[in-house]
Amino acid sequence: MTPVVSLRNVAKSYLRGKQQVEVLHGVDLDIARGEFLALMGPSGSGKTTMLNLIAGLDQPTSGEVHVAGERIDRLSRAALSTWRSQHIGFVFQFYNLLPVLTAEANVEVPLLLTNLSRSERRKRVETALQLVGLSDRGKHKPNELSGGQQQRVAIARALVADPTLLVCDEPTGDLDRRSAEEIMNLLQALNRTQGKTIVMVTHDPKAAEYSSRELHLDKGRLVDEAARRAA
Amino acid sequence: MKYFGLIWAGLWRKRARTLFTMASIVVAFLLFGLLQGLNTGFNTVITNLNVDRLYVSAKTNMTDGLPIAYAARIRNVPGVRAVSHWTYFGGYYQNAKNAIPAFATDAEPLFKVYREMKIKPEYLEAMQKTRTGALVGSELAKKYGWKVGDRVPIGTSIWTTKQGSSTWMFDIVGIFDTSSYGGGFPSFYLNQDYFKENSAFGGNIVHYYLVGISDPHQATSISKQIDAMFENSTYETRTQTESALAQMQLKQIGDINFIVNAIVGAVLFTLLFLTANTMMQSVRERTPELAVLKTLGFSDTKVLALVLIEALALCVFAAAIGLLLATLVFNSGALKVIFGNFTMPLIVLAMGSGVALILALVSGLPPAWRARQLNIVDALAGR
Repeated sequence: MTPVVSLRNVAKSYLRGKQQVEVLHGVDLDIARGEFLALMGPSGSGKTTMLNLIAGLDQPTSGEVHVAGERIDRLSRAALSTWRSQHIGFVFQFYNLLPVLTAEANVEVPLLLTNLSRSERRKRVETALQLVGLSDRGKHKPNELSGGQQQRVAIARALVADPTLLVCDEPTGDLDRRSAEEIMNLLQALNRTQGKTIVMVTHDPKAAEYSSRELHLDKGRLVDEAARRAA
Repeated sequence: MKYFGLIWAGLWRKRARTLFTMASIVVAFLLFGLLQGLNTGFNTVITNLNVDRLYVSAKTNMTDGLPIAYAARIRNVPGVRAVSHWTYFGGYYQNAKNAIPAFATDAEPLFKVYREMKIKPEYLEAMQKTRTGALVGSELAKKYGWKVGDRVPIGTSIWTTKQGSSTWMFDIVGIFDTSSYGGGFPSFYLNQDYFKENSAFGGNIVHYYLVGISDPHQATSISKQIDAMFENSTYETRTQTESALAQMQLKQIGDINFIVNAIVGAVLFTLLFLTANTMMQSVRERTPELAVLKTLGFSDTKVLALVLIEALALCVFAAAIGLLLATLVFNSGALKVIFGNFTMPLIVLAMGSGVALILALVSGLPPAWRARQLNIVDALAGR
C-alpha cells in the first residue's frame, strides 16, 4: 500500500546568525494510512522540524517530501497554503485558539476556506464539537474553558475539514495528567474508529503508548528501534 | 462576508484601544468635515454670487466714499439697468454687542439690483413715503421680534445726528425675505435722504454703488467704462464684480484655503501615524494568531487582505461617524449666520470618504505587509 507520508533523504539546516545548524540528516520515513505514529526524542533532536516538513509548514534543504500523493517540497508558498487547508489538521501544544472567537467560531475557521454554505459549515462544526465531547461549550470563549477543553476545541478545529493527516505537536505538553489522558484517549479513538492518520510529536512516554508506532529521533537521525531498545 | 466575524473579532481584540483610535478618527474627520465644509462653503458662496452685479467703491479705500452725484453718471453707462448705493451706518440695537448690518440706501433701485430679494411693493412705497422708514430683513426682524409699524432706536458709533445724538429712531415700514443670503448680509436699510439730512457730517457720500447690468458677459467692459469715466478725478473708482469683491474681503481675514488645508493636513498627518501605530501594535500582538491562520491554510494574500480590511473598517467607519456629525452641525443651522441656507456640500463628503480610504490603505499596508511576510515556523516558535 502506498504510504500517506514518505520522506526520502530529507535534510534540513538553518542559519542561526552566521552558523549553519544541521537539524535533520538524510531522514527516510514512510507512514501508512491509518497509522498513529509517535515521534519522540530529546529537545533539539529535530522532531518538530520533521513535523513541520510533513505538515508543509517548512521546506527541506534537500530530499523529497511526499504527503497525500503530492510532492510538497516543490510547492510554492501559495500552493502549500491551499494544500494544507485540504490535507492537514494541526494540533498545537498551547492550543493556539483565537481568543476573541467562541469555540464554535474557532472550529469554523478552517471551513471559511471552503465553498461550504453557512448552514453546512454550522453542521460540520456541530459534528466536530460533538466528536470531542464539547457540544455544550460551543458558545464559550477559550478563556472560559479549561486547558483540556481548549485542546479538545483545537482537535475539533483540526478535524473539521476532514484532513488526510492529523499533525500534533506535543498535544499534552501543557495539560495535567488527567486531561492528558483524556486527550490521548480521544486521539486514539479518532485513529481507531475514524481511521485518522496521526503523526504526533511528544516527550511523554505515556502519551506515546497510545500510538501504534513509536519512532525516536536523535541529533537529526531516526534511531534504529532494536538498537535503541538494546541500548 | 464569511470572514466578517474574523475581521470584527480582530478589530475589537483590544476594545479600549480600538475605541480611542476610533474617537481620534471621528474627531479628525469632524474637523475635516467642518473646515473643508466651511472652505467649500466660502468658495460656493463666492461662485454663486451674482455676476450681473458690480460694486463701485473709491479706488483708494472703500471708507473714503464716493460723491452721491456719481449715481446719475453711472446709470447712463450703456448696459446698466439699475443703480443703487450703500453707505455703511454701523448700527447696533440697545447694546453695542448687538451689531446690526445697517446701510443707508435708495431702496427702490436696490431691490432692482438685488432681484432675488423679495419684498412687497407696498413696503417699497411706504419706504419712499416715510423719511424715517426702515426696511428690515426677515431673520433680523425675527431675532428682535420686530414687526411693521414698530419704532426702533438704532445706535451708531460713526454717525451722530445734527442734534448730537448717536441714537437714530426708525419706523419699520417693511420686512423683506433674506433667505437667499446668510445673516451677515445687510438687512437693515434706511433712506439715504434721511441719513443725509439728519447726519452731522458726511451725508453726501456713499461707500458702494451697486450696479445691476443687463448682460453678465459685459461685466468687464462696463467696469472699465465706469472706472475710466472717473479717472483722474478727485474720487477715482474701482469697479468689481460681486465675487471679486467677496474674494477680496475674505483675503482680508487670511487665506482661508491655506489655513484650512494646513490644519486638515496636520491633523490627518498625525492621524496617519496614530492609526498605523495602532494597526502595527495589533498585528504584532497577534503574530502567533496570524501564524495559526496560515497554518490552517490561509494564504499570505488572504492574511494581508484580512489586516487591510480591518484597517479599512476602522478608518471608514470612524470617518463616516465624523463626517455625519459634521453634516449634522452644518445642516443644523449653526452656520446659517455665515452661509444662509447652505448645507454640507456633497463634494466634502466624497473627499472625506476618499481621504478615509487613503488613510486606511497607507496606515494598514505596512502591518498588513508584515503579516503577509510572516514565516509560520518562526512566528510559532516566537522568533
